[in-house]
Amino acid sequence: MNRYPVWKYAMLVIALLIGALYTAPNFFGEAPAVQVSSGKATVKVEPALVGRVQTALKAAGVNADFVALEGTSVRARFVDTDTQLKAKDTIAKALNADPTDPQYIVALNLVSRSPQWLARLHALPMYLGLDLRGGVHFLMQVDMKSALTKKAESLTGDLRILLRDKSIRHAGIARDGNTVEVRFRDKATLESARRLLNEQLPDLVWTETIEGEGFKLAGVLKPQAARAVQDQALKQNITTLHNRVNELGVSEPVIQQQGADRVVVQLPGVQDTAKAKDIIGRTATLEVRLVDDSAEAAAAALGSGPVPFGTERYVERGGAPLIVKRQVILTGENLTDAQPGFDGQNGNEPAVHLTLDAKGARIFRDITRENVGKRMAILLFEKGKGEVVTAPVIRSEIGGGRVQISGRMNTVEAADTALLLRAGSLAAPMEIIEERTIGPSLGAENIKLGFNSVIYGFGAIAVFMCLYYLLFGVFSTIALAFNLLLLVAALSMLQATLTLPGIAAIALALGMAIDANVLINERVREELRAGASPQTAIATGYERAWGTILDSNITTLIAGLALLAFGSGPVRGFAVVHCLGILTSMFSAVVFSRGLVNLWYGRQKKLKGVSIGQVWRPDAAKPAAEL
Amino acid sequence: MEFFRIRRDIPFMRHALVLNAISFLTFAAAVFFLTTRGLHLSIEFTGGTVMEVEYATSADLGRTRAAVDSLGLGEVQVQNFGTSRDVLIRLPLRGDAKQSELASRVFDALCKAEAGTVATKQYTTPQGEQVSRPSCSTAGGSEPLKLSRTEFVGPSVGEELTWDGIKALGATVVGIMLYLAFRFEWKFSVAGIVANLHDVVIILGFFAFFQWEFSLAVLAAVLAVLGYSVNESVVIFDRVREAFRKFRKLNTREVIDHAITSTISRTVITHGSTLMMVVSMLIFGGPTLHYFALALTIGILFGIYSSVFVAAAIVMWLGVKREDLVKVSTKDGDPNDPNAGALV
Repeated sequence: MNRYPVWKYAMLVIALLIGALYTAPNFFGEAPAVQVSSGKATVKVEPALVGRVQTALKAAGVNADFVALEGTSVRARFVDTDTQLKAKDTIAKALNADPTDPQYIVALNLVSRSPQWLARLHALPMYLGLDLRGGVHFLMQVDMKSALTKKAESLTGDLRILLRDKSIRHAGIARDGNTVEVRFRDKATLESARRLLNEQLPDLVWTETIEGEGFKLAGVLKPQAARAVQDQALKQNITTLHNRVNELGVSEPVIQQQGADRVVVQLPGVQDTAKAKDIIGRTATLEVRLVDDSAEAAAAALGSGPVPFGTERYVERGGAPLIVKRQVILTGENLTDAQPGFDGQNGNEPAVHLTLDAKGARIFRDITRENVGKRMAILLFEKGKGEVVTAPVIRSEIGGGRVQISGRMNTVEAADTALLLRAGSLAAPMEIIEERTIGPSLGAENIKLGFNSVIYGFGAIAVFMCLYYLLFGVFSTIALAFNLLLLVAALSMLQATLTLPGIAAIALALGMAIDANVLINERVREELRAGASPQTAIATGYERAWGTILDSNITTLIAGLALLAFGSGPVRGFAVVHCLGILTSMFSAVVFSRGLVNLWYGRQKKLKGVSIGQVWRPDAAKPAAEL
Repeated sequence: MEFFRIRRDIPFMRHALVLNAISFLTFAAAVFFLTTRGLHLSIEFTGGTVMEVEYATSADLGRTRAAVDSLGLGEVQVQNFGTSRDVLIRLPLRGDAKQSELASRVFDALCKAEAGTVATKQYTTPQGEQVSRPSCSTAGGSEPLKLSRTEFVGPSVGEELTWDGIKALGATVVGIMLYLAFRFEWKFSVAGIVANLHDVVIILGFFAFFQWEFSLAVLAAVLAVLGYSVNESVVIFDRVREAFRKFRKLNTREVIDHAITSTISRTVITHGSTLMMVVSMLIFGGPTLHYFALALTIGILFGIYSSVFVAAAIVMWLGVKREDLVKVSTKDGDPNDPNAGALV
């Protein structure tokens, strides 16, 4: 009766192997590495960069363990720090022709030393939280009110232009908070305006009021449109933050949305909060200027003449120089949105659609009217250095604040350009509402403390179990160790963030997991006390204990899930491990320990006794069950 | 080895009244301290700034306090944390000062008090990681203090966390009650939750009485304890049900006594094992895990007491009967009963 079919043993062996495989990367430690990431919003890290880094290293005779593209950066691992430093200089020299204006950020950091074949199986070490590895954590609140105000402002401009285009006479347009208001003198005009606005501006809901002699239409954003504006703002802010954070050369930055209007930024290894804040808070600026295409300018661009008075020389994305007038027509402030899309008239040609605010639209119309056939340049300034993002030819006068840039672009380029045009600014201002800095030595200390408490606690339990339940205690201890293995493997597999409360949860999970084994062992003893034969006692002991184990684990799991659902920060770190621990413990304490018992005792047909410690009977002649 | 050699069922329930009175008194005391003293909430709930500074030698708290006070930041707490070299500084939330820059201002002041200057130090660790951090160095080149940790929480976050904590507690209570009601009976569900909430209140009472810091981690510990000690009640209730089926001659009181007696060995051993782990955390886990482990220790100790004596006694007062748990005839068994058709 105490035999497992072969498939059950096979399943246990497979679970053991998978557990061991995914736990393994945690033991390799970390090795020095060099990380290359983009230094500018206009520079993208592409697979080709891996080749460039490899050739540079080969030319200098530096041996790398591997060079690979991971996310948005290329990483190369080295044997020791001397090679690492040499490699850093080599790569920096090869990639950045001009050290004062670096295209790429080359930084030193650490990567896991585990072999590549493990990484290919996605067997990675546990992802350590900031309290264990040191670093900076920011929680930023996005000011959604101002995102909505900005939208209302741009809608006011659209509205003005719409009414003028259709020659509908109004008595004033104003913005009051997030409400757009239009006044009319008579009812008929209001009605025609209302029809037009419903058709052209579907994002707004209009309400009509009588105001003194005249009439008033007030428009507010529909809830779903407002939500879309907020989503967009948050996404744009996250993209912008990504671009900026690259510069710190952090190995695994986390930039995530939290809730409806918050962004979490975690920069492991960074200690310098002032610099981090500076970089996060910096704004890149966008400028629109005219291109000088006179003969002198053409000569200056080729480098054969001086740069004409009142102009500057900039490099276009792709490398060609361009002479641009100093006078700034528009800045990024006038640009409300930039989206990739397709040319409306010219079939399916990729294009970038820009939306300007009312003031920008007016200036833009005047400028384009006077400069048809000429080129204009859109420049992005970062860290005081400008670069031309795109320089299209003006085909005709553009009014209405909706600008389309098309021609000589594929869809990817259109998307990139749109991103760059948006990258300049944050869609809405952000404020730091939570900040945490943890020094690296404190992180290491926390790992040690957490690890020690798990080990000593485990040791104490193991000693007690083995003394009290003898061989069954040994089985329980092995099952507990298996539980620890599974838990660490699951955490590595899920790449859930392990924090100090998480380690505490591991300890607690082990402390609670032993409960199941105690229940089983006590039940088996009880059966033996009642006079059951050893094999029957084992079988009924496990069977009866199972119901109780399930019940008690479910109540614990309810608390764990509540913590997971409502917890944040350290509580969440605790809850994830707590819930996982409950699940792994049910498997290891019941299925795995039974497997061990079956393997040991199951084969013996005439089992005389089991080693579960002393079974004391109150009255040998009268078993307890008859009471 | 066998610790428990019990010949006869111990008549626990004979003392139910006394035990419940004791419970009630502790509970009342806990509520009293909670209302009069209140919890010493960590900055995660209240908002504010915490800094942990590590001095090269034993820290002079007076000098540190004077340096921080000179900035005029309101009521500042300065205390040792873990060792005599580590100092914890708590700064309250204030409307006027720019919170996110507070930590660096305080660090500047502390550095000046040790006759040093703050500069950004850039170096590569022996492992090969680039680090740049603000550091304080004296003219002699030594580093009298290091910033180990800073934490700033804005006011809106704190309110939300408090609210989330209450929601988590509510969800746990409702979830467990529903489960127990479904699995056993409403009387058990009420008894289980009352007994275990009584634990929660007592833990909170301890934190209020000693003014220990109540942080998010402690909240997590409290909820974990809630789930964990309900286990205990579940085990006993399980036995109560089994005993009702098995021993038809026993009355309710005797059944409960029997259930507690037959599980007492398991109760003590399991809690003992869990306690070993938690105490190991208390000893080896360092100052960060200290209150977390403390909350668990208190919770587990009271958990044994409350689920054995309080939960069972409440079930008895609520007048649980054999018929509540055991369907006398299987023919007219309730089709919704999860245990319908269960035979022993």
